[in-house]
This record gives sequence, C-alpha cells and structure tokens, in this order.
Amino acid sequence: MLYGLCAVAGLITMVVIAEVVYQVVSGASPAISRFGLGFLWHSTWKPNFFVFGAGEMLFATLVTSLMALALATPIGVSIGLFLSMLAPRGIRGVVGPLIEMLAAIPSVILGLWGVIVLAPFVQQHVEPWLHGVLGFIPIFGVAQTTGLSVFTAGLVLTIMVVPIVASLSRDLFLSVPRELQDGAAALGATRWEVIRGVVLPSTSSGVIAAALLGLGRALGEAVAVAAVIGGGSALHASLFQPGTTLAARLIDEITSLDNKLHLAALFYLAVILLVIGVLTNLIAQAIASRLGNQTMLAR
Amino acid sequence: MTLGDGGPITLGEGASSGTEVVSRRVRIQTTARPQTTTPSQRATSPDRDGASAATGRAVVFDARGVSVSYGAKRALAPITMKIYRNLITALIGPSGCGKTTLLRSLNRMNDSVPGFKLEGQILYHGHDVYGSAVNRVEVRRRIGMVFQKPNPFPKSIYDNIAWAPRNLGLKQDLDERVERALRDAALWDEVKDRLRDPALGLSGGQQQRLCIARAVAIEPDVLLLDEPASALDPISTLAIEELMQALKPRYTIVIVTHNMQQAARTADRTAFFSLDDNRVGTLIEYDDTEKIFMRPADTRTRDYVTGRFG
Repeated sequence: MLYGLCAVAGLITMVVIAEVVYQVVSGASPAISRFGLGFLWHSTWKPNFFVFGAGEMLFATLVTSLMALALATPIGVSIGLFLSMLAPRGIRGVVGPLIEMLAAIPSVILGLWGVIVLAPFVQQHVEPWLHGVLGFIPIFGVAQTTGLSVFTAGLVLTIMVVPIVASLSRDLFLSVPRELQDGAAALGATRWEVIRGVVLPSTSSGVIAAALLGLGRALGEAVAVAAVIGGGSALHASLFQPGTTLAARLIDEITSLDNKLHLAALFYLAVILLVIGVLTNLIAQAIASRLGNQTMLAR
Repeated sequence: MTLGDGGPITLGEGASSGTEVVSRRVRIQTTARPQTTTPSQRATSPDRDGASAATGRAVVFDARGVSVSYGAKRALAPITMKIYRNLITALIGPSGCGKTTLLRSLNRMNDSVPGFKLEGQILYHGHDVYGSAVNRVEVRRRIGMVFQKPNPFPKSIYDNIAWAPRNLGLKQDLDERVERALRDAALWDEVKDRLRDPALGLSGGQQQRLCIARAVAIEPDVLLLDEPASALDPISTLAIEELMQALKPRYTIVIVTHNMQQAARTADRTAFFSLDDNRVGTLIEYDDTEKIFMRPADTRTRDYVTGRFG
C-alpha cells in the first residue's frame, strides 16, 4: 500500500516533468521552425513586427548569473569556512540559521527591496565609484538615472546565491574527517594551513558543485531580476545599463501578448532556459558524484 | 580517538610577543640533542639504587598534578610523572583510563575538544605547555604525533611528507628531507619508485609508517604514538616496533597501547593507568617496564599485566 503510494508519487513527478517539457517545446515549435538556431544570437525583439531574437537576453542572463557566481562563490565559501571552522559555537548557532533564512526570503521581496533600497544606493554610490576607479574598462560605464541595471540585478542574484553556496560548503567542510585535520594540526600547521592544505583540497569538487547549483538558481530567477534590471533591449558593454534576461522577459511579457508568434517566441526563451538549467544541474551532479568517489577512494 | 564534531579551537594561537621568546628558548634547549643533563634535570628515583632506565636522563615532560575534565566529566585524576629523554615510555591500561587523554594533552591536541579543561602543569623542558604565552602551533611542531588510525592526507606520498616542511619554510633540499624521513620510517625501499602515487593507495601498515615519516620529517623532539599498531596486522606491527627502536636514540617516544606484550617488548618505562572508584582515570604505577611486568608494586598492576583484569 505504502509502496504503491510512493511509486505513484514518483510516477507523477516524472509525468509532470515530461508534460512541462512537452508543452514548452510544442509551444515554442512555431518560433523554432521560423527562426531556427539563429534565434539564439539575433538580438532584435520587436513583437509588433514579428521579429524575435534571444541574443540580448541570453547575454544579459549569462552576465548577471556569472557576476553572481563570481561574487557569491568567494563570499559563500568564506561564510562556510567561518561557520564550520572558525566561529565559536554560539555564533554558529545564530549565524548559520540566519544564512539559511536568507535563502528563504521570497524573491519578490528581494526584488522589491532591490528597487526601493539597493538600486538607488548602487546608482548614487557604487556605480559612480566603480566608474571613477575602473572606468577605463568598458564594463564600468557611466551610471544611468535609475540604478535599475544589469549590475544591480547581478547584486540581487548574488544575495540569492550566497546562502546556497554558504550552507552547502559549510556542510562540506564539516564532513572533512576530524582525523585528517588533527593529523595536519599535529604537524605544527596553523589553522589556516590546515584549511588551505587539507580542508579545501579535499572538498574542492564539492565546492564547485555548490557554486554550479547556485548558478542554476541565478540563471532561472525571474521576479527579482525583472524588478531591478530595468528592461532595456539593446546590447551594452556597460554593466550599468539596463537590460533583460530570459526569465525576466518571460515574466514581463507573458500577460501582454501581441500575437501568436510572440507567445511561441516566449516559449522558445523557456526552452533555452530549460536547457541551460538542466545542463547546469547535470554538470553539478556529475562533479558532486565524482567528489563522492574521490573522498571514498581518494584516487 | 574520534572527536564527535568539528569543534571550535578556542584557545588563541596568535603569536604574541612573548611567544617568540618562549619558543626560541625551547628551540635552544632541544637542539642540544646530545644528552647533556644538568643536576636539576637528573632523574630522581628515591626508592632505588640508580639502576633505573631513567637514571641520568634528562626530563622531557614533567607532569605535575595534571588532571583533565571534559565539561563536568572528570577524565583524569591528578597525576604526577616524568618522561625521560631518548626512552620509550608506554602508557597502558584498560579503555577509558585516561591514557590517550594524557597523551593528547602533551601536545595540546585536546584543545579543540569542547569542554576540555586541564589543571596542574605539564612542563616540557621546564616550560609550561599550557602557559599563556606559549604558541600551540610551536608546541606541536616540537612534539609530533601519530594517531591510532592511519590518517595520510589525500595527496601523493611525496606531498604527504613535504607538506609540513613546506609550511615551516624548510624548502631547501626538500627531496633529501623526504627521502631521509621515508628511510627513517623504513618505507623508502617500498615507495621510492612511486612517490607521486596517492598515499591512500598504500596498505594500512605502509600508511602508518608514512604517518611516522611525516612526523619525523619536521624533526620534532618527541614522538607521541597513540596506539599506532592497533589497526595493523602482526607483521606491520612488528615493523612499527622495530622502527620505534631505531628512532629511540634520536627521539623521545611516548606510546599508548592496549597491547601489553607490545609495551613489554618495546618500552623502557611503563605507566599503568586504571579507573578509580569514581570511574576516573588515574595513574596506578609508573616504573621501569621490567619492574611493572615482573615485580609490580601494586596488586592492581599485577592483576592487569597477568591478565586477571580487563
């Protein structure tokens, strides 16, 4: 009886996945047959002229997500190290759950906060400063009027990815055998040498997998990004210009369709998103399972 | 000995200004490897005529009224004992009698155990191991340790040995240092052609000898061995015991063992620990190994070494 129930639950999951994939792909098929793979790099998006291209969104999606990855990985790993190795017991008990709570904040609330607090702050302080110091690099252009930008979206995504990387890497670091750390400490190694020489090397694949899971989260995030990215529609080198991502475009336009092809093009965006998301997860899982073998066999 | 979780390391390890002074003094004393003993360091065995193995030897550790508790639980009742240079000192006794606790207290490996508290004094060449200005890292650099379960790092054989010297800045002639350590641990001939292979591909006995090589590579003064052969087969055990004898002229060795034959075979001095009426570990008798096994003074020691207890 229980077996049957569980089997049915598992089956339903598979059916739902298959159904979603089928609907998305079949919904996108008019756009796929009309634009082909060229859709991926054409960057004109004009629904009323029946011209659609995902290039600009794909670009902004990758930029915001990679920015989040680049910022959140070192921050998250540092928090993980702090919580697993360095912090006194009392502080761990407080900070650990707080970090996990950060992951539980609904993204719409983060988006709201991004619009009201983060974007003005970034526009007034962060962007001018970065432009002043690093302005010779094209990605740090002149700050725009609102602060709603690719850069701000990347920051919001960073905030969403940090707790994932932090809690996963903390658990990884805690799983490093005590005997190994003792063995290193007994050789006159400082705490930092133990971390650098034993803890980080034996968890590196897992940390990479954690970062990729965070990347998956960032790639698919729609609501918070749509709120703060500003919704521009041209390719810009500067991070401080507005833009839009695959997911943000989807959520912005799904309720205001111009024509049937428009819907199909949005579905095509969903297909791209689905492929990217699945790929990221598969890679993360492959790395994580290699880590499992590695810690068992150490080969 | 597994320690439940990754507890925080609560005692500071920052190099305060006083730390340098202390560690430098320690270094000066310990680099004088030949047995220069001052009268004050001379072993005193009041009840004996001077035939003891300890006679005339420098005191490396002087434990004075050392007791240990973990939180509210007392693990070791106050003990007083001296450990002498270039001898093998065995700590024997039934499980839970505090011998491993004492061993791990000698190089402050218990610092990371939650609730660990030590009272009394452990003097190492006259310096309080737990003194406020003492750098724990420096203590462990002088006092090496090999654990019950072989714990090589998931690195190559070479890097297992070279890791600690690199940390300490001993980068000159690293290849020679690695070879010397592996020869000291009687492992060189078995691994010389595969130094880049992962250390975890070695057998258990080889892994344990690798851990000994790793420990001697930074030329410590003392080797603490925590049941180093308990997870090994008899042949590997024998190899470890021969190794201890070979290392004895250059190191002071303290070994915890459950194996009484091993203590009888290898140790010059043996300390017998047991549990007192409150189930707290306590030192019953400490003397030359021969005396402990042939003419023990305490009936509890006799019962244990003859197998009537435990």
